[in-house]
Amino acid sequence: MELVLFYIAATVAVFSTVMVITRLNTVHALLYLIVSLLAVGIVFYLMGAYFAAVLEVIVYAGAIMVLFVFVIMMLNLGKATIEQERAWLRPGMWIGPVLLSLTLMTELIVMFIQSGSVAAGHVVEAKSVGILLYGPYLLAVELASMLLLAGLVGAYHLARPMARESKEMR
Amino acid sequence: MNESIGSPLQIAGILIGVILTAAWLIWVERRMIGIWQDRLGPNRVGPLGLGQVIADMIKIFFKDDWIPPFADKAVFVIAPVIIMVTMLTAFVVVPFAPGIGIIDFNFGLLYFLALSSLAVYSAVLAGYASNNKYALLGALRAAAQTVSYEVFMGLSLMGVVMLSGSFNLREIVEAQRDGWFCISQFFGLLVFLIAAVAESHRSPLDLPEAEQELIAGFHTEYSGMKFGMFFVGEYLGVTLSSAMIVTLFFGGWLGPVLPPLVWFCLKTTIGILFFVLLRAALPRPRYDQLMMFGWKVMLPIALVNLVATGGVALWLES
Repeated sequence: MELVLFYIAATVAVFSTVMVITRLNTVHALLYLIVSLLAVGIVFYLMGAYFAAVLEVIVYAGAIMVLFVFVIMMLNLGKATIEQERAWLRPGMWIGPVLLSLTLMTELIVMFIQSGSVAAGHVVEAKSVGILLYGPYLLAVELASMLLLAGLVGAYHLARPMARESKEMR
Repeated sequence: MNESIGSPLQIAGILIGVILTAAWLIWVERRMIGIWQDRLGPNRVGPLGLGQVIADMIKIFFKDDWIPPFADKAVFVIAPVIIMVTMLTAFVVVPFAPGIGIIDFNFGLLYFLALSSLAVYSAVLAGYASNNKYALLGALRAAAQTVSYEVFMGLSLMGVVMLSGSFNLREIVEAQRDGWFCISQFFGLLVFLIAAVAESHRSPLDLPEAEQELIAGFHTEYSGMKFGMFFVGEYLGVTLSSAMIVTLFFGGWLGPVLPPLVWFCLKTTIGILFFVLLRAALPRPRYDQLMMFGWKVMLPIALVNLVATGGVALWLES
């Protein structure tokens, strides 16, 4: 039963990711990306990583993708962008990326064969994730938060001149 | 845990009960606002106007379900479905009473947060697909407002998680036997309440659909049953928010004498009426005031509450 569910979710994930790349309309592509993230969330859930599954939905599908859609809507891309996308997605453009990803995929398959089957279905509790994050991986967590802080400061800096101008206008 | 959780009978009962509550709320809200504003409200159809919902539903079903020719059709149709689906599936984790519920999920609280964060797509996609500038403005407001208030919503609940030591909603209710979290987590409750109003874009924080500025905001182009789904979806959101507030801060099904389910329904009803009272009593802030209030007042309160709760929890443990 779980295997069937896994393959369904995995198929949906792969299919929607392909659709993300091939869609000409940006918002449609983003919608497929959201579906793909949700499918990956289900895959996590089926592997017993409930915490990661729920966080995948909250953080990626629920927050980051909303911001993506927000920005795309603000830019208000029209028909011209669709034409541009169509020009970029000529069949000839596929050869290079396909060759590169095929190489990576072969490596991945070889690695899977070498490592043998991995036991799935081990339920991970939130507590153990927390202990790991604030124990052995503390440095990585701190580094990631520094990176985010830098992003925050950068965004603040970019928005600042606008705020000053609007104040002068008042 | 309990065997009876998730039997088909319970699933059907909860689904019907929740949808009926949400539909019935249309009448409750109009009638209650009428009373609070010293007028009658709908009182013609049936006793006390109770048939108003049925009349509204018949009207909405027979309306021309029009899709504007300039709209992005597929997305336009999906958008109202999203809010119904996310809100209804979020009810899956609500612990109605011991032994009554649909699933007993260890990450129930996070599941609720995940689905309430997905619900925003409904407004955003509706605004995008309508291809109308007012709808687009409403959708942009909805996206910014929801993403901001989601942050405070999540943070305000972490105090509850610290005190109960679990993401499981049933364990959170059980942890409140010695005292409801509305006292020890008063600031958490405050932030969660405001964030819940903002998330379900209810008045006074209904800026994405502010009639005076944006016609009807993101659902300007919607009519018939698609509009009805937004409408019922909003009331489902109110019901869900009240149920979550009761579960997290007011002891869920706990209470003397009466059976647990009655206590839960009673508390949830009071929560819903409070949401209606908010709409009747408060004016709408300006959009920049809303964002300013969020990031400069709500976020610090939520963070201080989080740190203080953590400190007290550690101190009590040692």
